[in-house]
Amino acid sequence: MGKILEINGPLVKLELPQTVIGEQVRVGRLGLVGEVIGRDGDTALAQLYEDTAGLRPGEVAEGLGWPLSVELGPGLLGAIFDGVQRPLQAVWEQSGDRIARGVAVPALPRDTRWHFVPDPARQAGSALIGGDVLGSVQETASIRHRILTPPLLKGELLELAPEGDYTVEEAIGRVKLADGRIEKLQLFHRWPVRTPRPFRQRDHAVAPLITGQRILDTFYPLLKGGKAAIPGPFGAGKTMLQQQIARWCNAEIVIYVGCGERGNELTDVLESMPLLTDPHTGRPLMERTLLVANTSNMPVVAREASIYVGITIAEYFRDQGYDVVMVADSTSRWAEALREVAGRLGQMPVEEGYPAYLGSRLAAFYERAGRVETCAGDHGSVTLIGAVSPPGGDFSEPVTSHTKEIIQTFWALSKELADARHYPAVDWLESFSGYVGSAAKWWAQHVDPNWERDRAEALDLLAASEELQRIVNLVGVEALSSEQRWTLEAAGLIKEGLLQQAATDEVDSFASPEKQYALLAALLEIYRHGQKLVKLGAPARRLIQMPLLAQARRWKSQHSSDDLAALQAKIAAIPDAFEPLLQEYALAPSTTREATP
Amino acid sequence: MKNIEFRTATSAQGGLVVMGGVPGVAAGSRVQLRDHAGRIRSGLVIRASDDAVLVEVFEGTDELDLERTWVRFLDEPFKLPLSRDIMGRVFNGSGLPRDGRPPIISADRRDINGEPLNPAARAYPREFIQTGISAIDGMNSLTRGQKLPIFSGGGLPHNRVAAQIVRQAKLLGEEAAEFVVVFAAFGASHADARFFQESFEESGVLNKVVMFLNLADEPVIERLLTPRAALTAAEYLAFDLDHHVLVVMTDMTAYAEALREVAVLRGDVPARKGYPGYLYSDLAELYERAGRIKNRRGSITMIPVLSMPSDDITHPIPDLTGYITEGQIVLGRELANQGVYPPVTVLPSLSRLMKDGVGKNFTREDHPHVASQLFASYAKALEVRGLAAIIGAEELSDADRRTLQFADAFERRFIGQGEDEDRSVHETLNLAWDLLSMLPPESLIRVSEDELAKYHKGTA
Repeated sequence: MGKILEINGPLVKLELPQTVIGEQVRVGRLGLVGEVIGRDGDTALAQLYEDTAGLRPGEVAEGLGWPLSVELGPGLLGAIFDGVQRPLQAVWEQSGDRIARGVAVPALPRDTRWHFVPDPARQAGSALIGGDVLGSVQETASIRHRILTPPLLKGELLELAPEGDYTVEEAIGRVKLADGRIEKLQLFHRWPVRTPRPFRQRDHAVAPLITGQRILDTFYPLLKGGKAAIPGPFGAGKTMLQQQIARWCNAEIVIYVGCGERGNELTDVLESMPLLTDPHTGRPLMERTLLVANTSNMPVVAREASIYVGITIAEYFRDQGYDVVMVADSTSRWAEALREVAGRLGQMPVEEGYPAYLGSRLAAFYERAGRVETCAGDHGSVTLIGAVSPPGGDFSEPVTSHTKEIIQTFWALSKELADARHYPAVDWLESFSGYVGSAAKWWAQHVDPNWERDRAEALDLLAASEELQRIVNLVGVEALSSEQRWTLEAAGLIKEGLLQQAATDEVDSFASPEKQYALLAALLEIYRHGQKLVKLGAPARRLIQMPLLAQARRWKSQHSSDDLAALQAKIAAIPDAFEPLLQEYALAPSTTREATP
Repeated sequence: MKNIEFRTATSAQGGLVVMGGVPGVAAGSRVQLRDHAGRIRSGLVIRASDDAVLVEVFEGTDELDLERTWVRFLDEPFKLPLSRDIMGRVFNGSGLPRDGRPPIISADRRDINGEPLNPAARAYPREFIQTGISAIDGMNSLTRGQKLPIFSGGGLPHNRVAAQIVRQAKLLGEEAAEFVVVFAAFGASHADARFFQESFEESGVLNKVVMFLNLADEPVIERLLTPRAALTAAEYLAFDLDHHVLVVMTDMTAYAEALREVAVLRGDVPARKGYPGYLYSDLAELYERAGRIKNRRGSITMIPVLSMPSDDITHPIPDLTGYITEGQIVLGRELANQGVYPPVTVLPSLSRLMKDGVGKNFTREDHPHVASQLFASYAKALEVRGLAAIIGAEELSDADRRTLQFADAFERRFIGQGEDEDRSVHETLNLAWDLLSMLPPESLIRVSEDELAKYHKGTA
């Protein structure tokens, strides 16, 4: 037992000998929990996850003997946790609308009985190592929760319970450890959040994560097991884009960490998720989703912890052989929490007040993403998507610039596009993806061999139009040649008919890879037909007036991904639309036509 | 402990007093200081240990004689007494009356810091609030429980806009304005405070308003309490008395500057532009007190007003605010100079909750598309205007000229309106169609073909 010496904001100095850095402490009469971040002789410095108002010097403090850990077992899916894995629904029932300090509710429900089916291959006497699958629990209709042994375990299985209903705390088996101790096995185990969970080895990422968002999948792909960042100033649609990814992506588990974000936004997620169905299984989306919510008004230290809680749970599902996507919104808030605590510790600030270890902490966090061979020999992945909120939209600030060096896919959001209500406001010039080569193999195999070529052509077109737009801004559109005007028009067609995607539109919200490619190919086909005509001497003005262009802009919201036949029919009719013009211009020599107004 | 006076102040500097040898003082507890002249000052414990207690004094430490300063630790956080009688009253930043009437006596006294709302207990804001201002209702709608700040600049009519919203705000289908208003001003000039007071008086809502005023010449540290006291009152009115509360707070820039001033005194490590690293968390503690709660009738809708230092939207205060609030209404100098009132610059303005509060069942089915189309057409028109400025209007095509006419009409007729003009959302939408009809239907791709057929007045 120790006692409080000094209180300074969320930092508390304790007289607590023999504590370990990282150990959890319980402090004061309210029993506020925190973790030790420094020691000096018999005194320890701890940061508390809750507001410290009302604490007094002299009140008791005790070390709990373990670092900040999460409970991993059935009951995670569909839940909403705070930054230190307290279940907010249960906390609400217990302490009312406002989060009272010192509330202690176990993360996993203790009275729910789960139907456990043991793995028949596990026989008494067989050797067990960490990460082995003992059996499974059908946690939700879409997800079979595999019960894993704690990662560092090594021993001999003495007995395994028969199929039946168990709570998370009941013993489902016993194991004899190497040192002869006998330990019970449960449906859940704990793991410290700041230590990555072990695996056998890293695998190559191969398959793209399909999000149904055309600008992402088609232009800047992300792989399952990859790392991506979404930087954007406020109002650029960052949250909306992340929610779209969480909703539609083809991962099996989605973990959404709201780190220092808006309360109402989380409520929106909470209220809308249960109503949505998973496009891949037809089941409620909530069955494969879990949320970690530490809104901006909740204590800052718990905010710092929240992304580690999220990633640890993600790794746990990865170890069961699942593809997991974790969305962290926003890593800037996490970095600011780090800065806030560093500031109180009086650590020397480097850039913009951030501590010197910002870059290494960020890198270590993103490194927890990846596709791995699990300890049980399975394959699973964690895809990490971090939002970044650069102050003033300035991408050169420390968090964005460090992140940019770490990640492979960069979905840069632009204020200008958002202001023009071009959503998703992903800037096609600033964004990049280091996964195009790997993704191309997948697209060639599963969708169309021409994907890589067409994607590049569309990007070239967009880049060319940017150049032309600069000229237009200076001297007006009349200064352009017909060919240039057509390039500009075709780029506009791609922007409006392909890149823009309405999240709120039922049909447009999600596009399958097939639909994405069909649209891409169709718009490029229009472009090529037009280009041919322009070369023959047709003025761009006549092409621009073609009703086909306005129609093609609406195709994306007229045909859902299940209704591609109708879209294909329209695409097949593209040559017909150009036929009259072709007749007109193919017959006459181009020079004379060019001259006539 | 409450009744013991300590005379152990060991140092005082810029609003902070260090007390020696007072064991067991609670962090965050309220403090009363009596100086040699018998004047009472109040303060807050911001750092506590057995050897030294750091106290922040709201009235400052000027003329404080350490040997003749007596300090009492009240052993509780700053609390605001609450009862129904607060309606129509005017308080200072620490919740004491400044209207010459007796203080509020109530057993119900609440910690002004509040406690964070459990995200699981929140209800999502959905009901459309009609402000009667087209630029807001039509394109950046406000919903009940939302926090939508007004980003402004020195000399722009943000106070008039805020006052107009307070006068006109109502829910569709409900008759009179049923809002009660909590008004908090910190660092405001006497003239601004009087403007609001008179505006509430004229529109006869004064008895539905609670005011918390900390004026520009009053203690800076008290500015940190003012919004907290006001929001505590708002929470009481909303979630205990079932009122719909509209909270207007002005000016958040003055608040953030006060926070910076205190942070520097405390020796906190500065982050951007000298503001402390916790500015975001601190602002969030205020803004996030807006909202709705499941199974409760009342709501808190918040309209913070902030002036952007040198009109810079990337300045830390508007920047961090924008990351917390659900959008922003941006006032622009260019429009104001052209005599457009309210000078709402629509492109950088945004209401994040609009998508769930308008359209079928809320306003009118075409509303979301019309808003989107107005944004797109106006953005396009501004491009053309930029072009015309370079190459001259004579060089423009006919289509471009129509677009320019649209932009002018949009600014004068749609954005511009009278200070007493209360437009219904239907009027706003009809007006929008009048303007969109100036453009050829094939250029309007954000609205559906059915809507074009129904509302577009022009011929193809």
